[in-house]
Amino acid sequence: MKKKLSELEPGEKGVVIWISGNSTIRRRIMDMGITRGVKIHVIRRAPLGDPVEFEIRDYNLSLRKRDAENVYVEVEGAL
Amino acid sequence: MVYTVALIGNPNVGKSVIFNNLVPGARQHVGNWPGKTVEKKEGRFHHKGVEFNLVDLPGCYSLTARAVDELIARDFIVEEKPDVVVDIVDASNIERNLYLTLLLLELEANVVIALNMYDIAEEKGYRIDVEKLSEQLGVPIVPTVAIRKQGMEELKDVILQTAERKVVRKTKITYSKEIEAAINSITQIIQKDERLTRKYPVRWLAIRLLEGDEEVLEKIKGSKCEGELTKAISTDLRERLGEDPEIVLAEARYSIISNLLRTTLVKGAKKWTMTDMLDKVFLHKALGIPVFLVLMWATFQFTFIVSAPFMSIIEAIIAWVGSLFEAIPNEILRSFFVDGIFGGLGFVMTFIAPIFFLFFALSILEDSGYLARAAFVMDRLMFKLGLHGKSFIPMLLGFGCNLPAIMATRTIEDEKDRLLTILINPLMSCSARLPVYVLVAGAFWGTTMYAGTAVWGMYILGIVLAILMALFFRRTLLKGKPAPFIMELPLYRVPTFHGTVIHMWERGVVFLKKAGTYLLGGAIILWFLSSFPWGSEQSYVYLLGNLLSPIFKPLGFGWELSASLIFAFMAKEIVVEALGLIYAVEGETAIKAALASSITPLSGLAFMSFVLIYIPCLATIGVIKQETGSWKWVFLTVLYELILAYVVALMIVVVGRMLGFS
Repeated sequence: MKKKLSELEPGEKGVVIWISGNSTIRRRIMDMGITRGVKIHVIRRAPLGDPVEFEIRDYNLSLRKRDAENVYVEVEGAL
Repeated sequence: MVYTVALIGNPNVGKSVIFNNLVPGARQHVGNWPGKTVEKKEGRFHHKGVEFNLVDLPGCYSLTARAVDELIARDFIVEEKPDVVVDIVDASNIERNLYLTLLLLELEANVVIALNMYDIAEEKGYRIDVEKLSEQLGVPIVPTVAIRKQGMEELKDVILQTAERKVVRKTKITYSKEIEAAINSITQIIQKDERLTRKYPVRWLAIRLLEGDEEVLEKIKGSKCEGELTKAISTDLRERLGEDPEIVLAEARYSIISNLLRTTLVKGAKKWTMTDMLDKVFLHKALGIPVFLVLMWATFQFTFIVSAPFMSIIEAIIAWVGSLFEAIPNEILRSFFVDGIFGGLGFVMTFIAPIFFLFFALSILEDSGYLARAAFVMDRLMFKLGLHGKSFIPMLLGFGCNLPAIMATRTIEDEKDRLLTILINPLMSCSARLPVYVLVAGAFWGTTMYAGTAVWGMYILGIVLAILMALFFRRTLLKGKPAPFIMELPLYRVPTFHGTVIHMWERGVVFLKKAGTYLLGGAIILWFLSSFPWGSEQSYVYLLGNLLSPIFKPLGFGWELSASLIFAFMAKEIVVEALGLIYAVEGETAIKAALASSITPLSGLAFMSFVLIYIPCLATIGVIKQETGSWKWVFLTVLYELILAYVVALMIVVVGRMLGFS
């Protein structure tokens, strides 16, 4: 199932299939290792609901939902 | 012959620890990159009789032209061509860290890798075949554990060897056939212009042009092959790649890394780490915020309460030294030393204690990895105000003292976010303003509930104004949304005492050197204004107070209050002493009585709010200049605060009168 990264629930995993957004944000997201084909795991939301913490390439990264909206993933199914 | 060695790496890789290991604190030189607010550290060290100049480049994840830090690092490598570039790679996060390494190799830098935090990687179950990785990347790799000084001698050996060999390694990271073809066709065009090939690594130039790097496009302007290049880039190549080359290249780099690591890294079974455990609590849905508040409270207490006795000790020492000058026979000279220099200097010195304690506490928070979590927890709230999660701590610290609070904005990477946080910080009511509130509120409302409410109201007023000004500046001067929140949550680490002390010392010394000079200079000016014409009852301050009083008349302030505001420029709590001097009475009770008989309670309230808002104290102005690197922001802060103070105070008086108060 295709979803935006911002729509994934904590615990869900997926594979990145597309990154949109203006080139500055896109480049910054990709520089951090979010590129097509990479596995991403949603760890948790911040206590106030935003930003969201992910695990990617064996480290932990956080993004605001509005930035995570640019990342599309193929959901692998919840844990 | 001095070799130049640049130190680079992602944030949180222990770069500053390695810097400190290589160059002892005393030999470090801290300044700013020319024209930038980014700190530049350099220093010299010797190894086996050879001298090296070590330059610390800003921590960065990439080398695009879009972030100041990245541009500084990249320009340094391109323009200054350092003999060796030491790339510090976090072994426990090797996959993402190698991305920067590939960018450095594209730049044809003479790279040496320090594979730091090797112990943490091992704990994580990583086994890295260092030799093989080094062979495949074509660069020497030294495993290090910087906080325990392991691998430092070996690192110096390798730096020396690499510097002396002088040949730039011809390691070529090759991308897919299509990309290589595209790079090739651009290099061929570039090679026609000798001016470009002499100055820049050709392959790097080609890759950057392909990626559409604005700053590099600027570099080729005026080249004889500019037309040919732009045409080649914009049409043929983009079409041939079928996609934005920037995406293709970023992906290509990560896939090269994956391939490299496939044969050189063995990951053990995933373990439940300390970090996972701590984050369960620190970032917990319900506990996250209370834990954050408690930690902030502790930082606050530590900074401002533990440092208080040290402040008194320093004050006493300065006063004692100052008293030695009482013996000077010439009374002008004596007053210059006793009141001007030591009165002023004593004041600067007392700030040392809270600053050192604050940076000690902040270093612990930062080095342990909690600071990133704090930003993560507070970001949603701060984003609503047009600020960044990392703005919260400096704002909170402002309630203690704006000066270290403004210095604490250094953790905010985005320049606009940082400037905005600095601009509104003085509206956080610092502890020096409290004595003034207490005095004025006490004068009019004694020990009734109104007094406490008025003081509390000042804090609230400050917060509300800070929010309004933040929203205002975001829509005018510093237009745009806060920088995207793309932040790493590093592994927790136990901070070392040594590292924390060095961190604290660095910040403290910067303060002493820079803000100190402004403050001392300002103190001398104020001494002059209040002491001259010598022997006259009517000093320049009195004259200025008189001159200003028509302006303050609508607010109901007499010349006495106007003059005290000039004194308060040096430090807001001085208002209390100044009023004593001006009314020529002694003791708080007498000052209160004098105050109550000379202005109305409504003007008293206006006066309190004016003191809250009107200008940052001299030391804070010094630090704003230091941190923003330009007088422009200092003037802006002073100007907007003066206007805001007047408007707010006037509104209090006018609205108050309309409501029937006096």
